[in-house]
Amino acid sequence: MTAAVRRQGRLPELDLASQAVLEVESLHVRFGEVHAVRGAQFSIAAGESYGIVGESGSGKSTVLRAIAGLNPDWSGAIRVAGEPLGPRRERGFYKRVQMVFQDPYGSLHPRHTVDRVLSEPLAIHGIDDAENRIERVLKEVGLGPAFRFRFPHQLSGGQRQRVAIARALIVEPQILLLDEPTSSLDVSVQAEILNLLARLRSQHGLTYVLVTHNLAVVAHMCERLAVMNQGRIVEEMTVAQLRAHEPGEAYTRQLLRASLGYDREAARAMVTFD
Amino acid sequence: MTAQAPLLSVEDLRVEFPTRTGLVRAVRGVSFDVGREKVGIVGESGSGKSQTGRAILRLTPRPGVVTAKRMTFEGIDLLTASERAMYDIRGKRIAMVLQDPKFSLNPVMSVGKQIAEAYRAHAPLSRGAARQHALDMLSAVKMRDPRRVYDSYPHELSGGMGQRAMIAMMLGTEPDLLIADEPTSALDVTVQMQVLAILDDLVSQRGMGLIFISHDLNLVASFCDRVLVMYAGRIVEQLRASELASARHPYTQGLLAALPRIDQPTTELAVLRRDPAWIDGPAA
Repeated sequence: MTAAVRRQGRLPELDLASQAVLEVESLHVRFGEVHAVRGAQFSIAAGESYGIVGESGSGKSTVLRAIAGLNPDWSGAIRVAGEPLGPRRERGFYKRVQMVFQDPYGSLHPRHTVDRVLSEPLAIHGIDDAENRIERVLKEVGLGPAFRFRFPHQLSGGQRQRVAIARALIVEPQILLLDEPTSSLDVSVQAEILNLLARLRSQHGLTYVLVTHNLAVVAHMCERLAVMNQGRIVEEMTVAQLRAHEPGEAYTRQLLRASLGYDREAARAMVTFD
Repeated sequence: MTAQAPLLSVEDLRVEFPTRTGLVRAVRGVSFDVGREKVGIVGESGSGKSQTGRAILRLTPRPGVVTAKRMTFEGIDLLTASERAMYDIRGKRIAMVLQDPKFSLNPVMSVGKQIAEAYRAHAPLSRGAARQHALDMLSAVKMRDPRRVYDSYPHELSGGMGQRAMIAMMLGTEPDLLIADEPTSALDVTVQMQVLAILDDLVSQRGMGLIFISHDLNLVASFCDRVLVMYAGRIVEQLRASELASARHPYTQGLLAALPRIDQPTTELAVLRRDPAWIDGPAA
C-alpha cells in the first residue's frame, strides 16, 4: 500500500476485510510479580478501528505499549502485516506503526518548537521532503503554518494533541495506536479531536487501535471492541452489540450500566469482578 | 428542600487575580443558594467553577481577591469571619474534596493516621476510636482491604484509592456542606457509582448539602438535583438536572451536542462554536 494510494481516499472495502494488519496471540506481560496481561488475543483488519476498553489496571494500555515496543517483557506473538515482531522493534516498524499518548502536556518536549517536533521523525526515517511534509501535515490536523514555530506552552491542550497526531502522521504510518487520546481534554475539544481522527482515518485508510475507559468514545470511533478486566479480554464484541445493550458478559453489562450515568439502584447492585 | 432557609447563600461573588498582564477575572458575579440538596456546577476548564468552590471556604490562592455582596453559611458571614472561626468551619461544617489526591495528602504520613488525625481535630475522640472510625469510613468508600490502606502511604495507592481515602477523611466529620471538586473523575465508572451512592445517602438521610463541581454533564444530569452551568466566570444557565436536555443557552446546548453517546450514533460530532456574546450576554 503506497502513500499515494492511501492519500486518494478509502481503500476498497473487500480489500480491508480480507487481510489482518495486526494480530496479537496469547500475549502475556509481567512486571515482576504482577501478571498485567494474561493471554490477550485479537486480530485487526486493515482500515479497521478497534477499541480496547477497561478500567484502570485492566491491562488495556499495557497491551498497546507491548505492541509499540515500550514493554520489552512480553511473551506470545504480535504480527504486523503477517510479520512476527521480536522483543526489539526495528526502525521500519515505526514507519508503519505510530502512537499518540494521553497527555499532550507530557508528550511534547517543552523546549522544542512544533517544527522541531515534526522534523525529528523525518530525520530518523531519512525522509528528505521535510518542508512540504511539515506544511502538509499541519494543514491536515487543522493547525496551519502559523503554528510551525510555536513552543508547546503557547498552545492549548487541544492544539498540543493536534501536534502529537501530526507527529505520528508525518511518517505516513498504516497503524495508529491511540492511548486515551482525548481523556485529558474538555468535551468540546474532545469532539474536535475525535472528528479529526475519524477524518484522517477515512482519508488515509488508517487502522486504529484505540484504548480508552470511555465506552461512548469507543462506540463513536470503532467497529469492534475488546473488553478487558484484570489482564484478560473478557469479551470481544461489535459496537452494534454494545449500542443494542447486548453484551454477553456480566462484567461488560455492569460497565455499560455505569457508563450511562448515575442510578441509585444500579450503584447498589455493583459487584467486584476478580 | 428549597422551602427551608438555604445552608449557603452567595450573591455577586467575584474572584480576581492581578497578573503582570492585567487583572484576570476568574469569577465574575456569581449568585446561587444551596439547600440540603445536590447542586452541580458544570463548565469546561477555565470557566471558574473550581475558583467558586474555593472562594466559599476562603481558600483562594494568593494574590487572588474575593469580593461578594453576600456569602453566608447558616447565618455566618463567610466574608468577615475571623481565621479562627474559619478554622472551625473548614473540614468540620464545610468540607472539601479536591480533584487530585496527590497534592492533598501528606506524603510522609500513613493514610490512616491522616484520616484519624483529621477526625480528632474536630471531635473529642480517643486514638482507638478515631482509628476504628477511619477503618469504618475506608470500608464505606469500598476499599477492598481497609487495614492495608490504613497503613499505606499515599504513593502506595492508586489515584482512585487516594481519592476515596480523601472522601473518607472528609465525610468522617459529618459536615453540613460538602464541596466536591471533580471528586470522582479519577475513579473507574463502577467505583464512581458506588462513591456517588455514598454521597447521595448523606444528602437524603443526613440532610447534607452538596456542591458537585464537574466537567461531566451526563454525570451531573443523572446525579444532581439542580445544575449551574458556568462559562467564562459566570453562570449562564441554572436548571433542574432532569431538564438539562431542554437547556436553552447555546453554550449548554453545544456542550450536550459535543458528547459522543453510546445509544445515538452520529458520523460527526457537533463542534462547539463559541460566540463572543456569551461572555457578557444574558443568562438563559
